[in-house]
Amino acid sequence: MKVLVAVKRVVDYNVKVRPKADGSNVELANVKMSINPFCEIAVEEAVRLKEKGVATEIIAVSVGPKACQEQLRTALALGADRAIQVEVEGDVEPLAIAKLLNGIVSEEKPDLVVLGKQSIDGDNNQTGQMLAALAGMGQGTFASEVTVEDGTVAVTREIDGGLQTVKLQLPAVVTTDLRLNEPRYASLPNIMKAKRKPLEVKTPADYGVDTATRVTLVSVEPPAERKEGIKVADVAELVDKLKNEAKVI
Amino acid sequence: MSVLVIAEHNNAQLNAATLNTLAAAKEFGSEIHVLVAGSGAADVAASAAEADGVAKVFHADSAVLEHQLAENVAPVVAAIATNYTHVLAPATTSGKNILPRVAAVLDVQQISDVIAVISADTFKRPIYAGNVIATVKSSDAVKVMTVRTTAYDPVSASGGSAEVVAIADVTDASLSSFVGEELAKSDRPELASASIVISGGRGMQNGDNFELLYKVADKLGAGVGASRAAVDAGFVPNDMQVGQTGKIVAPDLYIAVGISGAIQHLAGMKDSKVIVAINKDEDAPIFSVADYGLVADLFTAVPELDAAL
Ligand SMILES: Cc1cc2nc3c(=O)[nH]c(=O)nc-3n(C[C@H](O)[C@H](O)[C@H](O)COP(=O)(O)OP(=O)(O)OC[C@H]3O[C@@H](n4cnc5c(N)ncnc54)[C@H](O)[C@@H]3O)c2cc1C
Ligand SMILES: Nc1ncnc2c1ncn2[C@@H]1O[C@H](COP(=O)(O)O)[C@@H](O)[C@H]1O
Repeated sequence: MKVLVAVKRVVDYNVKVRPKADGSNVELANVKMSINPFCEIAVEEAVRLKEKGVATEIIAVSVGPKACQEQLRTALALGADRAIQVEVEGDVEPLAIAKLLNGIVSEEKPDLVVLGKQSIDGDNNQTGQMLAALAGMGQGTFASEVTVEDGTVAVTREIDGGLQTVKLQLPAVVTTDLRLNEPRYASLPNIMKAKRKPLEVKTPADYGVDTATRVTLVSVEPPAERKEGIKVADVAELVDKLKNEAKVI
Repeated sequence: MSVLVIAEHNNAQLNAATLNTLAAAKEFGSEIHVLVAGSGAADVAASAAEADGVAKVFHADSAVLEHQLAENVAPVVAAIATNYTHVLAPATTSGKNILPRVAAVLDVQQISDVIAVISADTFKRPIYAGNVIATVKSSDAVKVMTVRTTAYDPVSASGGSAEVVAIADVTDASLSSFVGEELAKSDRPELASASIVISGGRGMQNGDNFELLYKVADKLGAGVGASRAAVDAGFVPNDMQVGQTGKIVAPDLYIAVGISGAIQHLAGMKDSKVIVAINKDEDAPIFSVADYGLVADLFTAVPELDAAL
């Protein structure tokens, strides 16, 4: 079984991003970039499927500038077999990414496509669902458990009310939630080995996809500041403040 | 032209998130229609018809819609969506699951988590875990968007008297099937709509200690939430996670107990009206958003709070 995994290069989750002074965009100069945490979980899940003998080949894909090859190398070091970069400069929206991934799906014919549920920069939570629609596949979003058997995949999903399990016909799309697994660290020998694994560079034209944006960023601003709070000395003062000052209890 | 809102429900009741979404829909100043896709959900359709501001309700009733599988619901939405200027769903796990599938079918770039409508094509939404608010402008013919429910007060559940129109054209995409679900059973208010929320983090040490929070919650009529660390450690179930990748809450009072205040947690609660933090580390980042901070051991402070209420 072939598994395709989509990985995105994003600002590291520890970085507190701020708007630029002119409010035109966020300040991204000299900030640490990493693989999107949900994508790391997606790679780990694919690697576990391979270790169980369910998956035979793992292909990692990223859409972005040359720099995203760094994240593809991370995926290769974690256990992906080969990688495809679709080279695009500037912003690409989930719809265009889903179209590019769909182009790759048509060529590679994977049985399972694993994506993160959300990129932590744009917080979109769209790409997997869009890809599933375009490819005519079922979708198991926000997965906390994935079991492949007999041409189907059972996916336990984290939903607002608790957990829901669905069964999808393969090929299918799965998007990962935080509790699906705990990703491993790449070992040094595997990082070295990853440098020699194949990485193919493609362009949107190869898939006939127009990546022009439909939604433009007008401006960015910091969120409303909260007013400075106070420290209370003890529980009695806390209860008094909540009753008589804030009037919330 | 009018605006379409996708109702969230469990076939028996209309979920309150729909009422918040209707409030966002009202901003466009045009006629509002609601789609109820479900199985045996006539009561839901009737409730939607009574909600304030609703002019028409489309009711698609089919066994294949019972569990809101995106593969089956999305085509029903897409089939009528082009009659509208805007298609809205609440940014709940159900809305997030279904709506991008609709947007892709319509060839539209969805806008997620809208917190403000500036004009018919311009919206505000949080990005980077809410550290930045972006103003974005869409050039798509139909605007497809999820609405962050905490940004809008719900419209009244009564006052409307819309007509209900049946939609018959429903098919099984045969891509997915429902196997089962484990829904949290709790007598406490739902996190999303509770006016007071008390949440515990890794500092709680184990699931049993959450009893301390449940006691306080029951006195205050509060919902109980948790940090990711508490959920990952198995203290409490996933549906209690508050944050960037969990639930977004904005109650009148949020009490964070043994939670450090990581960016990802703050993303889910920093729009609460009043924030209380109880933490033994005076430098914990949670204090930077707290209106009232108490530097104390939670195992003495929470029982004291319980006794004082
Ligand atoms: C992609 C991604 C998404 C994430 N999404 C979320 C999310 O949605 N929600 C979320 O919450 N997190 C999320 N996180 C995790 C987040 O980064 C933090 O790791 C998490 O919020 C920490 O939880 P915590 O505050 O309970 O634990 P800790 O950071 O370990 O803090 C525990 C706190 O308890 C205090 N404490 C300990 N004992 C006591 C005591 N006896 N009395 C009083 N205080 C005590 C300590 O001083 C400390 O401040 C996400 C992370 C990533 C990478
Ligand atoms: N530029 C990209 N390249 C590859 N995969 C991506 C890209 N953007 C998003 N994805 C995938 O889609 C998931 C959800 O992203 P989003 O819809 O942007 O929240 C990510 O976790 C990735 O798996």
